[in-house]
Amino acid sequence: MSTQFEVSAVRRSRAFRHPGGAGRIEPGHHAAKRRQRVDLVLWGGVTVILLSVVLPLLLVLKISLEPPSALNTFPHWSTLLPHSLTFSHYTTIFKDSQFLGSLKSSLIIAGATTIVTLLIGGPAAYALSRLRFRFRTTIMAGILAISFFPMVAIIAPMFIQFKELGLLNSYFAVIITDTVFVLPLAIWILAAFFRQLPPDLERAAKVDGASTLQAFWHVIVPLSAPGVVSAAILTFISTWNEYLFANTFLFDASKWPVTVLIPNFEQSRLVPDYGAQAAAALVVTIPILLLVLFFQRRIVSGLTAGAVVG
Amino acid sequence: MSTAAVRLGRQRSRSRSERHTAWAMVAPTVVIVLAVAFLPVLETMWLSLHHSTASSSLSNPGGFAGLRNFSALFSDPVFAQSLKYTAIFTVVAVPIELVIGMGVALILHRRFRGRGFMRAIVLIPWGFPLAIAAVLARLMLQSPFGILGFLLQQVGLISSSSSVLSNNTDLLIGVIVVDVWTSVPFIALLLLAGLQTIPNDVLAAAKVDGATPVQSFFRVTLPLLKPALLVSLLFRTLQAWAVYDLFYVMAENNIKSLSTYVYQGVINGDVLSFPPATAAAVFTFATSLAIALVYIKGFGVRTVQDA
Repeated sequence: MSTQFEVSAVRRSRAFRHPGGAGRIEPGHHAAKRRQRVDLVLWGGVTVILLSVVLPLLLVLKISLEPPSALNTFPHWSTLLPHSLTFSHYTTIFKDSQFLGSLKSSLIIAGATTIVTLLIGGPAAYALSRLRFRFRTTIMAGILAISFFPMVAIIAPMFIQFKELGLLNSYFAVIITDTVFVLPLAIWILAAFFRQLPPDLERAAKVDGASTLQAFWHVIVPLSAPGVVSAAILTFISTWNEYLFANTFLFDASKWPVTVLIPNFEQSRLVPDYGAQAAAALVVTIPILLLVLFFQRRIVSGLTAGAVVG
Repeated sequence: MSTAAVRLGRQRSRSRSERHTAWAMVAPTVVIVLAVAFLPVLETMWLSLHHSTASSSLSNPGGFAGLRNFSALFSDPVFAQSLKYTAIFTVVAVPIELVIGMGVALILHRRFRGRGFMRAIVLIPWGFPLAIAAVLARLMLQSPFGILGFLLQQVGLISSSSSVLSNNTDLLIGVIVVDVWTSVPFIALLLLAGLQTIPNDVLAAAKVDGATPVQSFFRVTLPLLKPALLVSLLFRTLQAWAVYDLFYVMAENNIKSLSTYVYQGVINGDVLSFPPATAAAVFTFATSLAIALVYIKGFGVRTVQDA
């Protein structure tokens, strides 16, 4: 509706200025000039985007590859490029039991959260998108509302409860709170995926006497790999990156995931080791970068399904 | 009984069993969501009305305080500062992200060599953990060896590289820049998805009618993008309002956000800092809800898909 209105408004205003539509005939060189200018804007924009993504990473890469002495010299134009390279920071962190432990913690937390979220959220997304029952929309709205909740709104009582249950400083505390906050995204992605499957997929199975659950398990689940992959990747990335709950519920440095350990990296040593910190920061982002580069299209379709839900 | 009646009866029992199955399938989600999100929010409100500490229990949250925690909160200069910084952060960062995100989306929507590669590149900052991005920024600004501090000093943006992480205004700018870096991809992706739904012939029609690119952007593209724009605004505003990682890692004790204020109070856990923290948590929750309602009711953001 509004589209047509807008277009006709443009049309009317142009027609008024250019009776007979004479305005659309442009001299050849004029059009070519405009195209050139547009190309310049396009490639200028592409360059700026590329540089603003890559330059910060290169600067940190430089810090991670320089010998410690270079970090103690004042920056100057001549120090923009590294003078000598060393992998010592990388050998340092891969010998550091605390860093290796944090990689393990991150894997446990993000992996478990992803599995639990899919196991709980998958059936829920199916019921919410393809079955009829009372309060369906209420439940959908309730789940969506959680993505509006600030995470700090629950940390005080959860802290007290975890303490009473002896669960403070356990992976479980972080996994369960992380799960609740990624569930909306996972359920939305999966529900959007289930919704676009043909409507009578399960009907044939049901005519043959299968129950709703059997139809879900034998007909829908085998077809849902694309949706599940999107949901799994986004859940994993957002849990790998999660900081607040891990920082609140885990005290023991040996249980810290990478997001909690690395900001504290230089303080946990006698001499601040910025080189090792830079190396660690890059290393823990590599799995995420690989996921992003390999599953770019899955991520984009998941994000847009998860956010553009109207 | 006629066969039709039998079939009807079978259908009825089938739809009843379908309802039961549906409930069984959503039950785990409903239980965990109630137990770990909705109930805790109510418990936070309950705690905020008491003189509680981190070592009190929910059944015995300390003496009843009425609204005294809230009056203590609103007279706390540290909270006032947290609120101020969070508000400035949200009001400055989100519009900048929206404008840049729009530009990036328009560029990525064009056909050019290497577009697929650029779309992957743009995703990288989005995949970065915020806490780690903050560490990287700190490394580059760290006095006196930070390379970014040096560059900013050379172009005259700051007076001395040592001031970047110690001056509150510079710190806030730094936090905003990192937030822009990590958030633009999300907005650009949503807007790009929106751009792709605009039929080509609509824009072609505008062009045939002699609309300049600028005209057709403002009068055709932008109105059609409104839903995607509002959804990304809604999500980004709420995320910015609840910002924690960036403030905590980059500006640990210098400037606070609402979320780092709550966190600090909960972690300290004593009778002086825990009660105002619970009140601040309630405040953050209520204001977030208000922001969401303004977007949903006021601007008509559609969030729940119809049956």
